[in-house]
Amino acid sequence: MAALLRRIRRELFPTRGDAVLSVALLGLITLAGFGFLHWALFQARWLVIQANATLFAVGRYPIEQQWRLWLLLWLLVAATGLSWGVLRSHPRRDRTGALWPRNDRLAAVLLGVVGLWVPWALGLDLSLQSRWWGLVILLLLVRWLAGRFGRRFGSLGPRLVALTWPVLYLLGMVLISGGLGLVSVSPSEWGGLLLTLLEASFAILLCFPLGVLLALGRRSELPLLRWGSVLYIEFIRGAPLITLLFLGQNILGFLLPGGLAPERVWRAAWVLTFFAAAYLAEAVRAGLAAVPGGQFEAARSLGLSYPQTLAKVVLPQAMRVALPAMVGQFISLLQDTTLLSLIGLMELLGTARTVMANPAFLGKNAEVYLTLAVLFWCCCAALGLGSRALERRLDPQTVPSST
Amino acid sequence: MGAENEPAAKGVPPWWRDRRVLPWVVQAVVGLLVLLLIAFLLGNLVRNLTAAGLLLSWRWLNQPASFGIAETIIPFDATMPYWRGLAAGLANTLRAVLLGLVGATILGTLAGMASFSRNGLLRGIARVYVEVIRNIPLLLQLVFWYFVVFLALPNGAAAVQIPGVVLAKSGLYLAGFEEGVRWTVPHLVNNVWQAPLRVSVEFGALLTGLIIYSGAFIAEVVRGGIAAVPRGQWEAASSLGIGWLATLRWIVLPQALRVIVPGLNTQYISLAKNSSLAVAVGYTDLYSVAETTLNQTGRAVEVYLILLGAYLGLDLLISLLMNGLNRFVQIRER
Repeated sequence: MAALLRRIRRELFPTRGDAVLSVALLGLITLAGFGFLHWALFQARWLVIQANATLFAVGRYPIEQQWRLWLLLWLLVAATGLSWGVLRSHPRRDRTGALWPRNDRLAAVLLGVVGLWVPWALGLDLSLQSRWWGLVILLLLVRWLAGRFGRRFGSLGPRLVALTWPVLYLLGMVLISGGLGLVSVSPSEWGGLLLTLLEASFAILLCFPLGVLLALGRRSELPLLRWGSVLYIEFIRGAPLITLLFLGQNILGFLLPGGLAPERVWRAAWVLTFFAAAYLAEAVRAGLAAVPGGQFEAARSLGLSYPQTLAKVVLPQAMRVALPAMVGQFISLLQDTTLLSLIGLMELLGTARTVMANPAFLGKNAEVYLTLAVLFWCCCAALGLGSRALERRLDPQTVPSST
Repeated sequence: MGAENEPAAKGVPPWWRDRRVLPWVVQAVVGLLVLLLIAFLLGNLVRNLTAAGLLLSWRWLNQPASFGIAETIIPFDATMPYWRGLAAGLANTLRAVLLGLVGATILGTLAGMASFSRNGLLRGIARVYVEVIRNIPLLLQLVFWYFVVFLALPNGAAAVQIPGVVLAKSGLYLAGFEEGVRWTVPHLVNNVWQAPLRVSVEFGALLTGLIIYSGAFIAEVVRGGIAAVPRGQWEAASSLGIGWLATLRWIVLPQALRVIVPGLNTQYISLAKNSSLAVAVGYTDLYSVAETTLNQTGRAVEVYLILLGAYLGLDLLISLLMNGLNRFVQIRER
């Protein structure tokens, strides 16, 4: 208690001037906090979110086909639990080796609370609410099982997990868009969070190899490759994203033979990919520049071929340095998907616009925008947290060299 | 390369492994592929444009625009040609970018400095500001400021009044010199505000959003720059009896600027590009005018080239200015 008081004194009241400032700031914060709480609890009409929860989640995806999305969600949750458990069951030096370290217990409690509270707050049917509880239970159950028995499979476990995700991504694409005997659902019917995540994940996955190639091209000794990469990167980085989306919507049709231009949703996804690749290339280039030239020369003199040198020596080191910048780019890519609403796609912000154009919910801007802001904030903050955890794991100071 | 040629017994390597030939082969192949792709795209472009009767031409720029712009710095009305409209849009963009740069720099520097304050509360606020703003899309923030804050302002006598400034739904009114000499504050005439300076709520929302968003990024740049100054500098200043603010102003910031300026360059350029989101809050900037022009004329390629040229030019201008500043703040060894 005395320590706390001392700390408060040191942090808030070091000098007389600071004391005045602190009191004024505390007053302002209290005032703003109470004002906000009063609005959120008594004045805001959250019905606009409750009534349109499905629209915000998946847009106009046909109701009779929504079981496919549920199935995908169950699979995703199971895969997450599996990965989480298997990773924890393989002790490394940066971990205590405990199956449920403090952060994991915290995450489990948080998941439980969010899984209980959000469906209830959205006013979903009891059957839907119980589905969300089921998802949380499945996650924790698979997590527990994988953590408990994951060690028995040795190094097979992590490899299996690494294989699960690409397979699941492809399967998810099939489940969402149809094909292989499923009724096809046209991309114009996708919307909301589903479309946002789809566009962002598509662009993130594809811009990565493209960005690495561009970065290598820019550092290449071959003038043609170097100048080509420089031209592309600077051209893309010089123009605002919205003008590139404009290019995609209005000019791509002229550049390709009639009928070959992809559907609007995919067109936007490709524009996002090509846009993000240029920025990613700069992040990777900074990483490559941080790898000492001796590494390259040493690998070459050991007889490794150029591709082997890149893949086994240079790129792994460059990626570790470039990781924070790359995740920063991914976060801004996720945020940039909101621009798709300006070209008429029904991603989260586009959906919000249609909801607020509905006469029943006119003027409910604050509630809708605040909800979207919280949603985006959570997604972006989670990406940032994950990046920092990965950085710690890849730090050679904490991990013994395993190869 | 010399190592491979050394054992004469092995002879000359075949050409596909010869390191003198290989690079040129690779480049020739890549160059050919790129050229083919460009030729393919351009061929299609010309064919499709010819079919649509829209082959590249700039004569339409001189036709009357027949659309108005709500708020311009250079005079414009619907009878003037398209190029005048585009120029008015560019001027509006420049105005938003310039004021945005100044505002974001001030806010960002203050927030960056606050994160080194002795006062824990101030540090906390700076941290929360950066973390909240950076993780929310700019477009979402802009529409929030416009639809939730600025459009909710009351009109007439109920408007928000701060000495010298009045915020109303009909616009933002600022005090200033009228007819060059008389200091005039905003006043009501027939329940309508009158003031020497008026900007629209659209511009106000855009500027607020841009400044607060870019300010958070600049705060991080400034924080990084200050953190790069060795602690000993703080301690030395403190032991000389120099206060916190004076230390920051005269000792730390001048050294931190060397790290800050290159980072600022990036942030300024992204602010300039982000100003194109003005279209979402109804402020008629260059992009917005270009979109209207496209809808009226169908000249997608020409309009796109103009847009691209304008934004590339703007980026280049900022880069040049910042490079000049960079040379100025670097340490000069004697």
